[in-house]
Amino acid sequence: MLTGIGVTIGQLFCASALAIVIALIFGLMRLSSNKIILSVATIYIEFFRGTSLLIQLYWIYYVLPLLINLNLDAFNAGFIALGLNFGAYGAEIVRGSIQAVPRAQWEAGRALNMSPYLQMRRIIIPQTFSHLLPPASNLLVELLKATALVSLISVTDLMFMSKVFNQTYWMSLQVFGTALIIYYILARFFLTPFLRWLEVLAARKMGKTLG
Amino acid sequence: MAWRWDFAFEILPQLLWGAVYTLMAAGIGYLLAVFIGLIFMMGQRTPSYVLNRITREVVEFFRSTPLLVQLFFVFYVAPQFGIKFSAWNAAMLTMGLHYGTYLSEVYRGAIEAVPKQQWEACKALNLSIFRTYGRIILPQALPVALPGMGNYLVGIIKDTPMLATIGVVELMQSANTVGSLTYRFLEPYTMVGVIFLIISLPTAFGLRKLESMVSRRQGISKQ
Amino acid sequence: MNDIENTEEKPIVKFEEVTKRYGDLIVLDKLNLEIKKNEMVSIIGPSGSGKTTVLRMLMTLETIDEGVIYIDGKPLTHMRSKGNLIPADEKYISSLRSDIGMVFQQFNLFPHMTVLQNCIEAPINVLGLRSDEAEARAIDLLGMVGMLDKKDEHPSRLSGGQQQRVAIARALAMRPKVMLLDEVTSALDPEVIGEVLSVIRKLNSEHNLTMLMVTHQMGFAREVSDRVCFFYEGKIAEQGTPNQIFETPKNERTKQFLSAVLNAN
Repeated sequence: MLTGIGVTIGQLFCASALAIVIALIFGLMRLSSNKIILSVATIYIEFFRGTSLLIQLYWIYYVLPLLINLNLDAFNAGFIALGLNFGAYGAEIVRGSIQAVPRAQWEAGRALNMSPYLQMRRIIIPQTFSHLLPPASNLLVELLKATALVSLISVTDLMFMSKVFNQTYWMSLQVFGTALIIYYILARFFLTPFLRWLEVLAARKMGKTLG
Repeated sequence: MAWRWDFAFEILPQLLWGAVYTLMAAGIGYLLAVFIGLIFMMGQRTPSYVLNRITREVVEFFRSTPLLVQLFFVFYVAPQFGIKFSAWNAAMLTMGLHYGTYLSEVYRGAIEAVPKQQWEACKALNLSIFRTYGRIILPQALPVALPGMGNYLVGIIKDTPMLATIGVVELMQSANTVGSLTYRFLEPYTMVGVIFLIISLPTAFGLRKLESMVSRRQGISKQ
Repeated sequence: MNDIENTEEKPIVKFEEVTKRYGDLIVLDKLNLEIKKNEMVSIIGPSGSGKTTVLRMLMTLETIDEGVIYIDGKPLTHMRSKGNLIPADEKYISSLRSDIGMVFQQFNLFPHMTVLQNCIEAPINVLGLRSDEAEARAIDLLGMVGMLDKKDEHPSRLSGGQQQRVAIARALAMRPKVMLLDEVTSALDPEVIGEVLSVIRKLNSEHNLTMLMVTHQMGFAREVSDRVCFFYEGKIAEQGTPNQIFETPKNERTKQFLSAVLNAN
């Protein structure tokens, strides 16, 4: 069971790392005035959000190796599918939080003759965090739950180990009940406080105190 | 491996039947969730502190744990207590509960979005609690709730493949069956992906239209 | 256009036949305006008359539809290419933009930085000052506007009047040739308007800064301005010394406006 938890956490880490990178890249692309960049980003996001995660997972693990000569092992296929999918949702959050910064801040930067790059880096992005963290936290909890799906392509995570125990011992209540409780503890007592702490940090940077 | 159109057409009917089951599962599960969500939301607004806390914890529990694990729990554990669920019923119940909690959060947010002054105006006019909710509060909460409700409708459709794991025959399961019989996975899985797109994109589009229609009918402008 | 009074001095700001449209609406209509060095010009007029647009265009926050804007003899909105004027590119404009400073109605301080950081950010990253130089300059300016004791506070802790004074220091830190003030007291509570006005008064009397001020504070405009321009429907309806405009307005619209404003007080 413990190794299962380790694998689940490993999936969470790798997938969120990938998702963050993708969210940043595609989120910024969605703000581009270049039609091509904008379309590419929109298509990517709509595709991954519009189709089922499970199908993407199966596709990357079973079908992709057939099309191109890329043989992914289950663990890699798992977190890559999760990362690509959740990155798409993350991109919209990134875009939304940048757009939430008042236009006047851009103008103040411009009045001081700051280049767009400078404005983005020093003025805008630091101000996105308060709009970014709440939806991002929800997304991260969703990601934790989604890691259970990789058990279906035989990644030996918590869910997979639970099924194995169930088939060996048939103590379904204890096995799945424990699994549920572990997920719950991970989400409520590890993830959520960590994310709340990030929110407090971000607010402090803005000189505010959170209630 | 090359794509074979003849094979694709051959398995299309089977997949389409699976799609029908998917839509049925999603539809029934969603309707259940809509009602269960209302119950969960009400449970958190009762004057009784105990009831509030219990409801709150139940909601948090369902929201923080994977649907997949919940499915297995309900399906395998219930028989140990003497309740025999068919795969279909277990699936509907679990989805209803799981998505019910999500929807209850959406309802909560929507009701909280209605300005406090509206409640005060109702009190000042001495409206009954039924009229307050039914004629004033809920109609104003509806446009706020719709986007969230719509998102979860699309979400529940995309989650139906999980039901295959406890043996419910739907779209994903049909693809699995085809694949394991013929050892060809390329066409089934790709077509399933396409079918999902075909289901979810118009649904999302239709939902947006519904949202703007409701907003317009209430005289709220949408930018 | 010839200045009879100051033939040796070139105007520091010149609007030449400047037109700005929003769709069908003409916001500025072939505007001709010159500002001399060290001059303090107030722009007054009803809403929608184009006053703020004049400032925003000079600060390059809006684009120009027709005409040319010159700053200190050089074209701002256009650049010279083989003897002709073509629309300027961003690189050219940013080489001149530091000469213009603006203070906004809503202050627009950066909320995630302290007062001091707000004032050193652009001098360091745009003008290339060393951080000790930028800090020294900022401390100097914050002292002048009376906000030195709050230099490590975040804007959210300050009142509107305090934030606006910091905004003035922030703009001055770039050592602009022209300062633009866009209704800088309109968003303030009455009791703090005075502290901002005294800073502006100080800038005008002690530092002789060239300033272009859009304002509704008629009394203040009258007290500190060298010249007052009355805008109406995108054109200068009348301009002159404060005495000329406030005591003996000639234009019908000017009279209407002034009587409406004075009656409201």
